[in-house]
Amino acid sequence: MCLGVPGRVVEVRGVIAIVDYWGVRRETRLDVVDEPVAPGDYILNHVGFAICKIPAAEARETLALYEHLLREAPADLMGTDVRGEIPRDPGPPDA
Amino acid sequence: MPESTIARDADRLAYRDPQRARALARRLEALVAEIGRERVCVMHVCGTHEQAIAKFGLRAVLPRALDVIMGPGCPVCVTDLPEVDEAVTLAQDGKRVATYGDMVRVPGTTLSLADAAALGARVDVVYSAAQAVALARATRDEVVFFASGFETTAVTTAAVALADVPPNFSILSAHKYIPPAMEVVARLPETRIEAFLAAGHAATITGWGIFEPFVARHRIPVVVAGFEPLDILAALVQAARLIRDGRPEVANMYPRCVTREGNRNAQTRLWRVFETASGRWRGIADVPGGNLRLRDAFARLDARRRYRIDTGPLRAAASRRRTEACICGRILSGVATPADCPLFGTACVPERPVGACMVSTEGACRIWHQYGGRAEL
Repeated sequence: MCLGVPGRVVEVRGVIAIVDYWGVRRETRLDVVDEPVAPGDYILNHVGFAICKIPAAEARETLALYEHLLREAPADLMGTDVRGEIPRDPGPPDA
Repeated sequence: MPESTIARDADRLAYRDPQRARALARRLEALVAEIGRERVCVMHVCGTHEQAIAKFGLRAVLPRALDVIMGPGCPVCVTDLPEVDEAVTLAQDGKRVATYGDMVRVPGTTLSLADAAALGARVDVVYSAAQAVALARATRDEVVFFASGFETTAVTTAAVALADVPPNFSILSAHKYIPPAMEVVARLPETRIEAFLAAGHAATITGWGIFEPFVARHRIPVVVAGFEPLDILAALVQAARLIRDGRPEVANMYPRCVTREGNRNAQTRLWRVFETASGRWRGIADVPGGNLRLRDAFARLDARRRYRIDTGPLRAAASRRRTEACICGRILSGVATPADCPLFGTACVPERPVGACMVSTEGACRIWHQYGGRAEL
């Protein structure tokens, strides 16, 4: 749970953003990030909350590790953790 | 803090570049040779660092004298038996306990939450604090969010506590605050830690400035590190340089995400909702100021103040035979490695974990079981 996962902001609705994580769009809360966030920005997500904005120039480098893990090690421990960090659909868990 | 200690190497790193990795490894070799001791010990405090070190085989390229060990960097692992017992008691008492996936299988004195669920209790795995709140909104049951994680995760629990939550929602906090645990581990005579690597994403929230008082007190350098293999190697090079030069300083090797001040908005929210309290961490005994508990203003959300939680019956039923040989505690304080445990890989495996370090994907045992530990040289 230490690893955040980066995503690209698609839309902002108040304290909620729609964020694209490798083609998966998920709601991500903006209450704890400390800078204004706009569509096109990259954020680092931790358990459904954006914890910081990633400077645009550095977003590509930050994404590289994740892309490697998702592409080349999807089933192993670290790859699973990264996938597990991509936010789920909002709403209660399945009963 | 001289600007020169904010290393520039991390900015220039090309990622997963083998040539760059070899160059860093050579520099590390030279620096550790210049330190000139038989053993130089650097501790990291992050399960993701251990994952990256093990997965990418970094220990194979480290100098023989450099020992990189994992400390209490797994929040699930350091959650102690009494906290699990509280959650199990609440679940058996008819509350719906919502928690993060790994927490479900952490052994309590007698039962884990998964055991309680098998016996009929309602236990829900959630991805986030917000999802636990959504669960409470969707049911009339009393929902207790068993909240674990270090300060990075506590920030998100604080955010939901500050937002509108339904009356049937409460929080059982097992949140931990890592800087005080570093203080305790730094004083252990068995480990002789000469530098710490700090977790980049946690420092995103706290800022690297938070480590300055620690460095001043213990005269041990702290290097904030990212999660790329090259980020970690570069951070180790910087740590070795500071050890060689006798410079106890904070170095930020993850400048693309971490600033000195950190995320002030998140810090404000965290400390509005939580205060530090002393508490037991598994394996490290009491950590003064190491737990995060809800402030009085949030008493109505505090499961400990809302419900009478009597864990006595669980403790009375305890049989500790199987866990007696488990050395999780010694592993969490960096005194031992998984390979030192007689149960590792035999009696204790991910499918049937004996100790918390084999449960969590951030636990040293689970990580070594998947990737192997120290390279056979």
